[in-house]
Amino acid sequence: MINGPSMNTDKKTDLCRIRNFAIIAHIDHGKSTLADRMIQTCGGLTEREMKQQVLDSMEIERERGITIKAQTVRLEFKAADGEIYILNLMDTPGHVDFTYEVSRSLAACEGSLLVVDATQGVEAQTLANVYLAIDNDHEIVPVLNKIDLPAAEPDRIKQQIEEVVGIDTDGAMQISAKTGRGVNAVLQRLVESLPAPTGNANAELKALLVDSWYDPYLGVMILVRVRDGILRKGMKVRMMATGAVYQIERVGYFTPKKMIVEQLNPGEMGFVTAAIKNVADTSVGDTITEEKRPARTPLAGFKPSVPVVFCGLFPTDTGQYDDLRDSLEKLHLNDASFHYEAESSAALGLGFRCGFLGLLHLEIIQERLEREFDLDLITTAPSVIYRIHMRSGDRRELHNPVDMPDPTEIEYIEEPWIKATVMVPDEFLGAVLQLCEERRGKQTELTYVGHRAMAVYRLPLNEVVFDFYDRLKSISRGYASFDYELEDYTSSELVKVSILVNEEPVEALSFIVHEKHAEPRGRIICEKLKGLIPRQLFKIAIQAAIGGKIIARATVGAMRKDVTAKCYGGDITRKKKLLEKQKRGKKRMRQFGNVEIPQTAFLAALKTSD
Amino acid sequence: MTNPLAIYFHWPFCQSKCPYCDFNSHVWREIDQRAWRRALISELDFYAMQTQGRTVRSVYFGGGTPSLMPTKTVKALIEAIHNRWGLAACEEITLEANPSSSETLKFKALKEIGINRLSIGVQALNDDALTFLGRAHSSKEALEAIDRAANTFDKFSFDLMYGLPNQSIGSWRSALRRALSIANGHLSLYELTIEPGTEFFKHNIKGVTDKESANMFEMTRAMMADAGMPAYEVSNHAKPGHESRHNLNYWRGGDYLGIGPGAHGRITISNQCIATHQIHNPVRWLKKVSLIGHGTAKHRNLSPYERALELIMTGLRTREGIDMAYLEILTGLTRNRLINPSRLSHCIEAGFLKNSGNILTATEVGIIRLNSVLETLLVADTQYAGGATVETGQ
Repeated sequence: MINGPSMNTDKKTDLCRIRNFAIIAHIDHGKSTLADRMIQTCGGLTEREMKQQVLDSMEIERERGITIKAQTVRLEFKAADGEIYILNLMDTPGHVDFTYEVSRSLAACEGSLLVVDATQGVEAQTLANVYLAIDNDHEIVPVLNKIDLPAAEPDRIKQQIEEVVGIDTDGAMQISAKTGRGVNAVLQRLVESLPAPTGNANAELKALLVDSWYDPYLGVMILVRVRDGILRKGMKVRMMATGAVYQIERVGYFTPKKMIVEQLNPGEMGFVTAAIKNVADTSVGDTITEEKRPARTPLAGFKPSVPVVFCGLFPTDTGQYDDLRDSLEKLHLNDASFHYEAESSAALGLGFRCGFLGLLHLEIIQERLEREFDLDLITTAPSVIYRIHMRSGDRRELHNPVDMPDPTEIEYIEEPWIKATVMVPDEFLGAVLQLCEERRGKQTELTYVGHRAMAVYRLPLNEVVFDFYDRLKSISRGYASFDYELEDYTSSELVKVSILVNEEPVEALSFIVHEKHAEPRGRIICEKLKGLIPRQLFKIAIQAAIGGKIIARATVGAMRKDVTAKCYGGDITRKKKLLEKQKRGKKRMRQFGNVEIPQTAFLAALKTSD
Repeated sequence: MTNPLAIYFHWPFCQSKCPYCDFNSHVWREIDQRAWRRALISELDFYAMQTQGRTVRSVYFGGGTPSLMPTKTVKALIEAIHNRWGLAACEEITLEANPSSSETLKFKALKEIGINRLSIGVQALNDDALTFLGRAHSSKEALEAIDRAANTFDKFSFDLMYGLPNQSIGSWRSALRRALSIANGHLSLYELTIEPGTEFFKHNIKGVTDKESANMFEMTRAMMADAGMPAYEVSNHAKPGHESRHNLNYWRGGDYLGIGPGAHGRITISNQCIATHQIHNPVRWLKKVSLIGHGTAKHRNLSPYERALELIMTGLRTREGIDMAYLEILTGLTRNRLINPSRLSHCIEAGFLKNSGNILTATEVGIIRLNSVLETLLVADTQYAGGATVETGQ
């Protein structure tokens, strides 16, 4: 992380002086600032080493102010009773896409701080995560942050927490992570309120594999929480689910600097390395036990993370395909939750079909590819997994509209539905409800708390991956928060809309949509392409079609005049250079009937797609 | 080697810079005329050594404003050509002139030293348009210049521009009608093109709409054909026999020397065509010439395919078109290697090109969108092997 590993003399801490906790908060409610302040208070880093929000080590995380991967920090806090307590902080992602990562972080702790912005109140994602914490039997300590701001309304927010979350806020702490006010009291409170972890040092080893990632210096690092037994350097361990056996090379923890120790005891969190080449070999949620003295039963694991949103990623420059593949491989080392496989498109060239945990996850991966690996990418319209029930009785899962079977062979199609929770100030509620209705939503709940409303809708996921976030943000001027969970699959009147250029399908632009949205969306894409395809010698027909039926069309008229006025001595060289430049650009041309269309037109159609 | 030769001189100076002009032209307060005369002759000598024994068919003084050249310099250059190659077979010596009164007064002297064709940069026949175009002359001066040229030279041409902002097709038609009434046998009619780097470009000046531009182009060609001065190239119109020999030589892929700052040339030596390019900047060109005798910035061997590309590009702009048999001999490549046959027949079927015997020409509907036709024919082809440009080292 910050520095290389340092050695630390082993001190065995009694279980009763350990507290493991997570922080649950909405984006911007001050979670990372609070974590930083705690590290500072406990002396984990010197003033010089403190960077703002040290936990969010990825550039993107720091920039967006959100946490993606879970991180842990071991704090040493001298409590009021004069004893030194070990406080293990698990920093967790706050976004809906990473619910899965949240749940495994929570499983490694006994309690949570619920941090709420005293000027804003509880948001949808916070709610979902609090419920996860409650499910994990966490002791929850409500903390009102940003109490120093003039707009803070601690009493109203306390009432809101009680009504919406349903927990007692009498003892809610009032702090300012920014100024440091109340931070010490929060640490003291953790010592007093959270249960100490339990575990038996003499029992067989049971350590929960919480997370894993690739460190350029140490190789694959595994984040663990020891339940029973002792995890020692040099020990031969077995992964209970995969059966893989490794010898532990290093054992340590973060302060957030890496500290190397000889062993991790019950109740402790830390990391191990074991000459593991691929992150995929470490299955998150697995139980690590000792090879020669194995535990009989594993700890309760987690459901594996499943991608729910799919899209194609193509390099804008076809020459960057190999770079893209290498970059995806590297990213995958650190984030096994996204999937990718090679895909070839007539309009866009070679690329990859990728699966993500959600739209933000998609955006983050795309942004990391572009930023860290300097790639220029294009993303096809996101798609969900449809279940196709064939007349033959077969059932198929469809991740890519390209693979849609002939409609005549289909009995029916099911699509995923979600339970969506939107929290929004009153004044924007009307617009939010209208948006949900437009997206085929069915209202299941509407609650008012103070000036805020909570609307719960059943929504088809494919309506949500189609610019729902952006619309929600814009109609609520950024004040609405949103969370969802997958509910079930339901049969729907879904159709595949193909986009044809000169009667030839451009598969990359095809999409699956509810029948009643097919025509307007088809028309939008036809019009957009019309504006993007340059006039050529021949007129170009652009059509949207369901099977053989044309539902929308647009025409790019033929070029009427296109001739250089002057062509003498020097002009000849200039004009030839232009032709040769066009020739180099020809790789980007895609043939459709008698016309060739620059790839850039399709890229632009996807880029601006809304 | 007996390839005939055309010689181009570039005189890079003007009295003022026009807002539409992206040519290599400069406004200097003082010009060391003796140094420039020497330099031009010196560079001519340099190329003369490589082309001894050739026949010079045409000479062209372009610019800039070559009518601002001292007559003495023009005379010295013509004499130099006479001494190096001889002028017996030279059919055409053109000089570009601006119609300001001081230049018009030189016409007679120019004729006496050997200029036999004048190309006058009239650009417009009404004063508003001339002001807009930043021209230094009035419409009255333009008419006087044309009148004097008619009385001095057997052959002369003048340039007009159309497609100026807000120009209607009707006003262009009447301008053209007036032009026809005073023209001799040649008119160059250019649509205003806003080139990057010009004042017009900087101020985001726009010409007419695409539709109006197409209408004007078609109308121009029809009207000129009716008047007996059909287009023999995209923007050039002439009575039979009045075509510019010098320019036709460019378009037919003939050899030419380019002398002066920024001038381009094509010289074929032992079957290898060399593209030459002189130093663009006048100060640096002059310095270099005085040091080493010539100001060549670059000379590069053209591959047979590049040769063909140039010839197809320029040839299809002309009424006479391209002789494919000649092209095959010139490049040593078969026509099917030069142009993808399926693309060719595609363009012919669509009515953009016409093939009769060995001659390939662009039709009326083809010429108006010739850039797109060329793109279809030569560029937008991923598989075609003939499309690979071979870079030959020097």
